Amino acid sequence: MAEPRLVEVRRNVLKQNDVIARALRERFRAAGVFVVSLVSSPGSGKTTFLEKTLTELQPRYRVRALVGDLATDNDARRLARSRAPVKQITTGTLCHLEARMVESALLDWDLDQTDFLFIENVGNLVCPASYDLGENLRLVLMSVTEGEDKPQKYPTIFNSADVVVITKDDLARAVEFDGEAARRSIESVRPGIEIFRLSAKTGVGLQAYLDFLAERLSAQRALAHS
Amino acid sequence: MHELSIAMGIVEAALDEAKQRNLEVSAVHLRLGALSGVVKDALLFSYEVASRDTPLEGSSLVIEEVPVVVFCARCQQRRVLASVQSFTCPDCGAPAGDVLQGKELEVFALEVQHG
Repeated sequence: MAEPRLVEVRRNVLKQNDVIARALRERFRAAGVFVVSLVSSPGSGKTTFLEKTLTELQPRYRVRALVGDLATDNDARRLARSRAPVKQITTGTLCHLEARMVESALLDWDLDQTDFLFIENVGNLVCPASYDLGENLRLVLMSVTEGEDKPQKYPTIFNSADVVVITKDDLARAVEFDGEAARRSIESVRPGIEIFRLSAKTGVGLQAYLDFLAERLSAQRALAHS
Repeated sequence: MHELSIAMGIVEAALDEAKQRNLEVSAVHLRLGALSGVVKDALLFSYEVASRDTPLEGSSLVIEEVPVVVFCARCQQRRVLASVQSFTCPDCGAPAGDVLQGKELEVFALEVQHG
């Protein structure tokens, strides 16, 4: 009987994606654009939230968005109402965006003319966690209607995020949302993470989040020019 | 479910390494972090599908699960987390979010039969 032998190779399976993501991040830095990706489960209010974000930022900043979905360009059409340039990435059967899709969607976009680029991932709290898109900030959204323990059910994506946005706060009372329990659940999988609680519909709580984005953009530009 | 595309990535990486070294592979050894976002059982199943009709057909995927290791600022020590649901130091109970290990998704070795 032949003896098995192990040959060490040590090769990162997502290397290809990571290489493209790194190149994208460098390109974003050079162009001075701040890139925010959004992940959440389907129906958490990502598109409404993004539409509001684009509309609010539009008077002061040059904003653009890429939006990923399995099928249809409904979201891109909705977001176009904000009058910001929006492009749909249709993934077909793929449950997440990959760096190469972002790269090819950006081929004919001039990033020098952009302050913020938003990338809305496919509605899914599992698969997007593994793929770096070159973003500066990953936002994970959870709505008050989803249950306070969502972070504990999907720890990987919450752990990979930089910011948590609790959406649909206008419904909080109706669904007896327990904000403290949600905070504990988020903290247990990602200690110290920034949390915003807001309603894109009424606008309550939105300003603090918009100010935060503006600060991060300034900080990144200060760093790039230092 | 993205395990099939991950499995295809594993097959591609392993075939590439095997070709470079001129190896006949009987098993692919993978290090899989608890925070990799990939489900072990789904990956094992997907590997069979992904390796079909390639030189890796019939080979097995051996998965070594890698736990999450964090740095506890209070203890000034590396600590292994008991669960990904609780990023607290198992020793002192302080929140510990500084992840040192656990995101691995790495083809770490190829197993070959000695002739």
